[in-house]
Formats: sequence, C-alpha cells, structure tokens
Amino acid sequence: MTTDVRDDAVREALGSACDEVRDPGPRDRVDGVEPGLVARPTSTEQVAEVMRAAAAHGLSVVPRGRGTKLSWGTPPRSADVLLDLGAMDRVLDHAAGDLIVAAQAGTPLQEVQRVAAGGDQRLTLDETVPGGTVGGVLATNASGARRTGFGTARDLLIGITMVRADGVVAKAGGRVVKNVAGYDIGKLLIGSAGTLGVIVDATFRLHPVPPSSRWVSAPVSDPRHALELAQTAVHSQVVPAAVEIGWDGDAGQVSVLLEGRADGVSARVDRLRELLGAGATDDARPPAGGAAYPWDVTASGDDRSTALKLAFCLSGLADVLAAASAAGASVRGSAGSGVLYAALPASKALDATSSAVTTLREACLRHGGSAVVVDAAAAVKQAVDMWGPVPALDLMRRVKDQFDPDHRLAPGRFVGGI
Amino acid sequence: MTSTGVDAVAELAHRLLPAAGVVTDRARLRTYECDGLAHYRVTPALVVIPEDSDQLAAIVRACAEQQVPYVARGSGTGLSGGALPHAEGVLVVTSRMRTIREVRREDQRAVVDPGVINLDVTRAATPHGYYYAPDPSSQQICSIGGNVAENSGGAHCLKYGFTTNHVVGADFVTPTGDTVRLGGDAPDAPGYDLLGAVVGSEGTLGIVTTVTVKLTRLPEEVRTLLVGFESTDQAGAATSAMIAAGIVPAAVEMMDALAIEAAEAAVQCNYPDGAGAVLVIELDGAAEDVAAEYADVERLCAENGSFEQRLATDPTDRALIWKGRKSAFAAVGRISPDYIVQDGVIPRTALPEVLSAIAELSGSSGVRVANVFHAGDGNLHPLVLFDDAIEGAGEAAEKVSGAILDLCIEHGGSITGEHGVGMDKAKYMPRMYTDDDLDTMQLVRCAFDPAGISNPGKLFPTPRLCGEVPGRHKGAHPLQEAGLAEVF
Ligand SMILES: Cc1cc2nc3c(=O)[nH]c(=O)nc-3n(C[C@H](O)[C@H](O)[C@H](O)COP(=O)(O)OP(=O)(O)OC[C@H]3O[C@@H](n4cnc5c(N)ncnc54)[C@H](O)[C@@H]3O)c2cc1C
Repeated sequence: MTTDVRDDAVREALGSACDEVRDPGPRDRVDGVEPGLVARPTSTEQVAEVMRAAAAHGLSVVPRGRGTKLSWGTPPRSADVLLDLGAMDRVLDHAAGDLIVAAQAGTPLQEVQRVAAGGDQRLTLDETVPGGTVGGVLATNASGARRTGFGTARDLLIGITMVRADGVVAKAGGRVVKNVAGYDIGKLLIGSAGTLGVIVDATFRLHPVPPSSRWVSAPVSDPRHALELAQTAVHSQVVPAAVEIGWDGDAGQVSVLLEGRADGVSARVDRLRELLGAGATDDARPPAGGAAYPWDVTASGDDRSTALKLAFCLSGLADVLAAASAAGASVRGSAGSGVLYAALPASKALDATSSAVTTLREACLRHGGSAVVVDAAAAVKQAVDMWGPVPALDLMRRVKDQFDPDHRLAPGRFVGGI
Repeated sequence: MTSTGVDAVAELAHRLLPAAGVVTDRARLRTYECDGLAHYRVTPALVVIPEDSDQLAAIVRACAEQQVPYVARGSGTGLSGGALPHAEGVLVVTSRMRTIREVRREDQRAVVDPGVINLDVTRAATPHGYYYAPDPSSQQICSIGGNVAENSGGAHCLKYGFTTNHVVGADFVTPTGDTVRLGGDAPDAPGYDLLGAVVGSEGTLGIVTTVTVKLTRLPEEVRTLLVGFESTDQAGAATSAMIAAGIVPAAVEMMDALAIEAAEAAVQCNYPDGAGAVLVIELDGAAEDVAAEYADVERLCAENGSFEQRLATDPTDRALIWKGRKSAFAAVGRISPDYIVQDGVIPRTALPEVLSAIAELSGSSGVRVANVFHAGDGNLHPLVLFDDAIEGAGEAAEKVSGAILDLCIEHGGSITGEHGVGMDKAKYMPRMYTDDDLDTMQLVRCAFDPAGISNPGKLFPTPRLCGEVPGRHKGAHPLQEAGLAEVF
C-alpha cells in the first residue's frame, strides 16, 4: 500500500488536507532522514485531514514543533510527511483567576510565559532548549531545575487534544485542575516522542510568579560531599524550588533556588547558607549561566556530544557522580529530583563512548533508575543501546499497536523500535 | 449459579490460600456486596483475599484462563461503586496485603503493599520528618491501592496535587496475569508513562500491588484558620482574592450553612455562630513565609466581609477545625435520613454562579442541598438530602444531583474531581466526552485488557470490542521491532 510520496496523487491529497505543503529543505531533515514532503497545517481539522490522507496513502508521519529537540531519540525509519505544527502557535486561553493556560502545540513556551506573565503567573516548566514549543516539550518530557519544587509536565498538564494516527480528534482531561473522569491520556502522550498521536493543544495549570528568588551555591570537592550538601538541602525546611548540581572532572557546585516573598526568601537564604557551610554564597543569577544541559544544544550531525539523561534515587548521587568522573562526563541537573544530564564529548572514541554509557547506566540502575542516551552522533546512536532496560516494554508495544496499528507515527523513534 | 470458570478459580484459591482467604459462603459473600456507595449491591460469586502479590497474580492468571471477570477491592470506601462486585466474577481483596516494606528518608520514598492504609504511610514517615501528602478524608481506612485506582485527592491537593503526583512506581498485575513494573523508584523511567494511565483507571486496567510513593517533607510551620462569613459569595470572593494575591494555601475548604449545621450536630466542632459559610484555610511552609502569608490572608478575608477569624494555636484546636470539615459527609446523616454525596468540578471563578444555580435548583425542587467543597480548586461536594421513606424523594434527589453535574459540565468542569466514575457515573461520561474521546480511552483499555475482564462495566457506558489489530506494518520487520533482531 506504500506509495511514492512525491506522487501527484499524494501531493494532491495532502494539498487539499492542509494549507501548506512543500518539498523539504535542508533544515527539514529529521536526524539525518530526509522527509518526503512537509505539511504545515493551521488547524486541528487540517492535522486530522493530513493524518487521514497519510492513512489512505500508507505514509509515515513525523510531527515537529520548532525542531529544537527533533534529533533526540533514534532516527525515524521513514518520514514520508514531516508534520510541521509551527503555524499552530496561538495561546488559546489564559484564565488568570483559574490559574490555567491553554495553547496550541506549536506555540513557543516563551510565548506561553509571556501571556501568563500578564497575570503575574507562569507555567512552571523551565525552558531547556531556547525556542521549544509546547508540543515539543511535552513529547520529549523536557524539564529543568524547578522540577524539584514543582514537578514536570505530568504534574502540570491538565488537558490535551490529540489527533490519532487514523485522523480521529480526541480530547482528554479538561480545563480544571481536579478531574478524574476517564483515563489520563495526557500522561501517555508526555514523553511519547510523537509515536502515539499528534498533540494539537494542551492546557496547563499555572503558578503565581514569586516576587523574589535567589540561588544559594556551595562548591563541592568530591561525590560524598555533593551528596551530603544535596541531602542537607532536600531535608531542610527552606522549601527549595530547585536543588541543582554542576559536576565536571571531579569537583562541582551544588546550587539551591529559593523562591517566594522577599522577606521569606532572604530569611531562608541566611538559614541555607549556614546549613551549606562556609563556602556558600548567594546570587540572583542561576549557576553556570543557567543552561539546563551540559552539551551544546545548537550542535548538529557528528558535532553532537553524546547526551544522556540519568535518573536515580536521591541517595545514589555520590555513586552516579563518581561514575560520571570515571566516564569523563560533564554533568548538570537536579540533584533534588535525581535527574541529571551528562555529556560525553563528540570527540570521544566510539568504544570509549560505549563503555562510558555502560558505566553511567550501571550506576543509575544500581540506584533504581535509568540512563537514556537522548541525542548523539549517528555512529554513537548505532553503536550503543540508547535506552537500556525498559520494563513493561511489551505492554508499551500493545499501547502503540492500539493507537497506531500501522506504525505510521514517528516509526522507530522510541524505545524498543516503537 | 456459579459457573465452572469461577469454580476453577475457587479450586486454585483453596489450594493456594489459607481457608480464611477464600470466601464462598453466601452469607459472608454478602458482606462484600457494596462499597461506600451502598445503594448499588451485587453479591460476588467468589471472594479471594491473597496474602502476597504472587498469590494475587496466580488468581488473576486463573481468571484470565477461565475468562472470569474480577474486581479489585481495597477498603471498600469508594464512592462511585468502583469496587462493586461482579455477580459471576471474583472479588480480589487486598486487605491482607498491608506491609510497609520500606521507608527511605534519604530517597524520599516509601514502598508499600496495596492494602496499606493511607494514614499508616504518613505514620511510618513522620518520625523521619516526612509524610504522604494525598489525604482523602477517608485516610484512616482507605487503601493505597484504592487511592491509586481512584487518583484520590484530599483537602491539600490545591498545593500538593493528587495521588498521581505522589506515586512513582508500582508492581502491576495485568489482566493476563503477568506482573510488570510500571514507573520506577527513580523519576522518568524510559518509555511510555503507563503508570500515569493506570493511576485513576479505577481497577479497569489491572491491579497494582507494591507501590512506591514519594514522601513529602513535613512543613516547618502550619497555620489553620477558621473564618466565618455571612454568605458563600463572600467566602468565594475571599478565596479569589487570595489566589489573585499569589497565595497558594495548602488548603481552602468551604462549608455552607446547612453543612455547618450538620457538622455541629455530629461533632460539635464549634464553628462560628450564624455563619452563612466558613472557610478552613491552611497555610504551610517555612516559618517566615507562612507568617507573611497569614497576615495577607487575614486582611483579605476581612476585606471580603469575614465576621470572625479563629487561628488554631495548637494541634488540638487544629484537629477540631478539621474534624468539622472531614466529618461533613457522615454528619449530614444527622440532619437527613438519606443523602447523595455528589462530586463535581468547576473552574473556581464560576463558584458564585454555580452556587446560586444550585440554590435555585434546590428551591424549585424542594430538595435540600448542603455544600461542602474544596474551594481552592473548584471541587464541589454538594450533599443532596432526601428521605427514602417518602415516595419519589429518591428520584427527585437523583434528578437534582444529576442537574448539578450538568452545571459542572456547562461551566467547563468535570463530573468527578476525586470520587471517580465507577458504576455510578459511567452514564454521564458521554456528556463530558465525545464518542471519539471515549473510544480513544478505550484503546488503552484494549491494550491492557483485551478480554475486558478487569472490573468490567465500570467507567465506560459501553464496552469496546477490542478486536485484533491490523497486522500491517510499515518499514521495519516485525522481528526487528520486537527487539528480537535489534539493529544496533
Ligand atoms: C467518608 C469518606 C470520605 C472520603 N473522602 C475522600 C476524599 O477526601 N478524597 C477522595 O479522593 N476520596 C474520598 N473518599 C473516597 C474513597 O475513600 C477513595 O476513593 C479511596 O481511594 C478508595 O480506597 P479504597 O481502598 O476504599 O478502595 P475501594 O473502594 O476498595 O476501591 C476503589 C476502586 O479501586 C479499585 N482498586 C482497589 N484496590 C486496587 C488495586 N490494588 N489495584 C487496582 N485497583 C484497585 C477498585 O476496583 C475500585 O474501582 C471518601 C470516602 C468516604 C467513605
């Protein structure tokens, strides 16, 4: 049933489904894979039409926001249609009194924040790669420093609209924070890398912007010391919004974000500085320039560092940092949540990279977690196991088979070849 | 009347479990005929009470082999008929699986069996300076497994979220009898967030056994304030003013005059005399911040017409304030022989409008409605009062109760904020969701439970036939996708 994508019939079907259909340019490659055509719908109905046309012609479809994290995961087996959601970029609703915001999938997170800020509110989801969209952030489950205090997308998303592989439009959740009617489809879509459905809009709960915030940082000289300070911060009574660590070679810095009312924050800064010891300082700016990841997010192709997401139970921090030192990785992330990001230089030899990934993964697994290679040069992606063990993979496949029986959506981009 | 399938499961259960763990006697079976929503009653064909997850999985496997429906039951406090048994099925009760396996302060985690009582998790964590945040009013009796299934909330979800925000991993017995691990001890396990779909699925996707929960640091300072207003409008306006001022209290609970009257009669909580509404406001966090917020809350309540404010100064006072609120459902029994506990959600800003519409409904129908709710997040619990001895009263109450849900939907809200859909509200699901929405949810059901044996008849108004999925595959060879021939 597979058709040549550039077939007139296909082009016509897609053209009548959506306002803009064009040939791909060099910047439309999906991790090295050249798409057949680019479709840029302007409405949910058009997304549905594109998916129906793709189904009728047996085409694979890869959704894209602004493409800031499009190279994450494994490259797709095929991308007949690159579904560009960039034209669906409106904030649909900001109900300040109800502390919610709704936006189309292609809306940059920055735009959502701009609108929310009008009500002195924010979506407490840190932007980790500049320019990322709502849909992209959800599909990759990206999160930043504030996850320690406020959770991740799964804790903030309250409603979602998706277009299924067969073109059916479905909603789950709603626009109220509390709602237990039906399955939480939103959670399934978070982190699904475009493989279960096309996210077209999303509704989130907001938080008030705290009037004051400050970082308290202290240097750490070895993994045990890092663990000790991180534990001090998480068990303290200063209510940290973030407990971050930066780690390079065999030293680093623990940084704690305190937010709230000015008087409260300044009192807590004093208390925390005392707790963290003589070397502690405080600053309005985030540590290490504030970048979320220890790799260059603008690098592409073979210049990409091997980028990993490390998850572990909090007490495993020292062990994971020691593994990072052994593996030659620079590390940054949330010591307060047990989620760190590690970068291995692009210049590292393939077998050294492979064994570094193994070292890091073993450390994370020892502490109840996982190590996932989120991005890397093509050769690395081919050589290493990107995901490590994935419990319940069979059940995941069954979910995929129900939502996308023809494996049309982002084929091969996810765990176990999903 | 029991089928041979059930007999086969019973036989296995007798072999695997001690005598007390298998109930076949008619009279004893009847003690399990309902959950907290007592007007639905069905006697199960068989009750099994396994002692560990291996036994539980073996029973489920037998059900799968015999195609016998089964229903999980924790403490049976559910308010939507979720644990209502199946007449030809097996009721799997977790009440003998009550071990708290680990409390790990250093990881902010506890690992508990499904029958463990919610409050016991907090009790185990408190010596370490931690607690388990979701606190349904039933927390002294409800189980963690039930909480997971219902995604239960509590008075403090405004600030701390619901069960789903505090459960990170679970061992899970699928409807085919396999045991798999969902989520993990650490966050962000690779792959789909299946745990996210299982939480709140009301036992229709399978049974959770050992659960890993997040523990939350006990706050340094807690202030509980009881505030009397003349009207619910004033109390609602005060709530809005707090939110607008950027304050996120741990809890903001409202009760109207009728609910106060009931609570007074039941537990003598000594709420302000003559109040048309009270707010119970709790602030928690670091001492300095709580002090500053408290000053603002005091002022905002006064500006919005409060006539009395009472700050609990010790744990006894605080407990008394909460007692009035937490006993509200049962307390209504003091002022009415029968009542329906409704659970709906509206956007908080619609509160005044919806409350006056409820008052109108009540006025025009002559059915009294007491209002208790989580004002901070717009989760209403109207208590619809009636006397079943009067002919037609039950139907009239049912009508008012349904009309309240319609109001919630009209205002963009939900038909349930925490009690679940269960048996009771399955018929309302199509009012909130389209056929396509429901069909999509059922895809999840089909993935987990293609035979439809796990708690059938709940949640969805009509089951979906799962059918075989088309075998058309694109690109990769199925072997490669199955991981049997991975191309590295
Ligand atoms: C007085 C009172 C006050 C209440 N207050 C609140 C409140 O404030 N907030 C709130 O959210 N709820 C409240 N509830 C409702 C109820 O207590 C919760 O829904 C609770 O989580 C149910 O737990 P349970 O152990 O009693 O579950 P059950 O009633 O036994 O079962 C509930 C559902 O969970 C399923 N289930 C049970 N165990 C498992 C398992 N291990 N795996 C999979 N599925 C399972 C059952 O099949 C059923 O569908 C209240 C109830 C009462 C009676």
